Amino acid sequence: MQSEETLSVSSPKPTGTTTLATDLAPTLGASQRNAELRLRATEVRRSLVQMIGQARMGHVGGDLSVTDILATLFFGVLRLDPQAPRAPGRDRFILSKGHCSAALYATLAHRGFFSTDALSTFMQPLSALNGHPNRRKVAGVEANTGPLGHGLPIGVGCAIAAKLARAAWRTYVVLGDGELQEGSNWEAAMSAGHRGLDNLVAIVDRNRLQQGARTEDTNRLEPLGDKWRAFGWDVVDCDGHDHGALYEALTAPQEGRPRCIIARTIKGKGVSFIEDRVEWHHKVPSPEQIELALKELA
Amino acid sequence: MEASPLAKPPQFDCRVAFAETLSELAGLDERIVAVCNDSVGSSNLVAFQKRFPERLINVGIAEQNMVGVAAGLAIGGFIPFVCAAAPFLTGRALEQVKVDVAYNGLPVVLCGMSPGVAYGELGPTHHSIEDLSWMRAIDGLAIVVPADPAQTSAAVKWAAAAGIPCYLRVGRTKVASVSPDPANAFTFGKIGVLREGRDLTIAATGVMVSRALAAAEELERRGLQARVLNVATVKPLDEAAIIAAARETGAIVTIEEAMIEGGLGAAIAEVVVRHAPAPMRLLGIKGFAPTGAAEFLFDHFGLNAQGLVAAALELKGR
Repeated sequence: MQSEETLSVSSPKPTGTTTLATDLAPTLGASQRNAELRLRATEVRRSLVQMIGQARMGHVGGDLSVTDILATLFFGVLRLDPQAPRAPGRDRFILSKGHCSAALYATLAHRGFFSTDALSTFMQPLSALNGHPNRRKVAGVEANTGPLGHGLPIGVGCAIAAKLARAAWRTYVVLGDGELQEGSNWEAAMSAGHRGLDNLVAIVDRNRLQQGARTEDTNRLEPLGDKWRAFGWDVVDCDGHDHGALYEALTAPQEGRPRCIIARTIKGKGVSFIEDRVEWHHKVPSPEQIELALKELA
Repeated sequence: MEASPLAKPPQFDCRVAFAETLSELAGLDERIVAVCNDSVGSSNLVAFQKRFPERLINVGIAEQNMVGVAAGLAIGGFIPFVCAAAPFLTGRALEQVKVDVAYNGLPVVLCGMSPGVAYGELGPTHHSIEDLSWMRAIDGLAIVVPADPAQTSAAVKWAAAAGIPCYLRVGRTKVASVSPDPANAFTFGKIGVLREGRDLTIAATGVMVSRALAAAEELERRGLQARVLNVATVKPLDEAAIIAAARETGAIVTIEEAMIEGGLGAAIAEVVVRHAPAPMRLLGIKGFAPTGAAEFLFDHFGLNAQGLVAAALELKGR
């Protein structure tokens, strides 16, 4: 058998020399920061569309809906060192909707965890860039996800770990809205509320569509904010494509409660013919449609 | 035939050694935490909780969350021992065991308490007879089944230091002490030869090991020298010891407190058929159990010295 690839920077730093920081300086003014985040998000979108176009596989709708959330987190919020991806004091990020790996890989590459050249291997034989992320293969991936309803329990464990260690690092989990139909999320939500984990933020990518239909026509989620509040969470509702609003929601102080950000998004955001259409859950754009999409994402 | 008396009377509940060792280790290493599902009492963790209240994380009756939380604790730098009744840990949280623990390659020790038919009269819902088959099929997950308190204690110490995903099956059924050298009771990946013999081999795991020794004594009275193997590491299997047993004794009987399909006997058969074909008999649980205490159910399924002797005699054509 041939062995699989792994991806990281070519010269990782030795332990003890890490610099954990956000990518954009926290001192940056809001308008400049939002402009930067918009640029990075566009880069990520362009990359993931190209990846899916080359692989002829992927989940383009959900990738595009989660991009602004990922960009705001990875460039503006998370304290990380791409050259020391396992530095003990790093913030933990878990993408529970692991099928949107293309968006995560593109974000990690643009954040410097590995070369953007590697993105062209997405889903190719033996590539580290599997259809769902693997922490043992890809630097910056914190947990292997794919089956839905796994990310939040893991995030709760991370947040408990930071509390036990009296450490300042924080945990962020991005969830799909459809996956909230999995009961394990609510086990974890109850646990986090009970423990008052104010070092934990869950972000729901509320694009209102799941694989086969609208969430509300499949297994109703609303009133979603009330559900989280009933489990002891502080709930913030915001536009999931507004980098400023996301930044505020992600960084506002928390006291005594975990936070759930319900990020209102549009599945397929940024590509007109993909936006808000059920059929684009994992449909692959034709080469012509890829060209069109890249023009729209210029 | 009368039951052969055990060499030593069964008297030890391995959960006691488990809990004492875990507390001892937690006193030495701050990274050790216990995660449980309202199972503080049934996992014997009351003393641990008293000593380390913060480090006993009881998530309530929520097994999927329990295993996910343990994976998160490991990502956060801790060494979690998940302590829960084996049927619910391995059944309800099977996908979390596979993905969150094994596929992530995290150092989580999954402690399946009171496995097999230990819960007796509570019935098949509470029996964990499929766990060895399920856990064996998961890549990268070590399976350790101690046979007595000395092995349990040594296995807990090994698991805390191993840094790999592990399923530790901790018996509730009382057992006799079977370790010839309690100070060196467990070596990961090695089969213990408890008794030498050239006529056949009995390979046993967990609470069945003392029964295998009793059967070997009875077989000796009938003129057969049985080699007795204590298979405390079910995965990865000590293939060399299995191959040697097959070649040198020519016949193998296996016994386990689990379904035959996919358990210890099946694991040994996979090695034997490939490297040293020899006739075998596989003893184990044969389906959902009727009502009865654990000891009654062992007899019901022939998981005792008589059952082993009968299988051995049949295998040897006597």
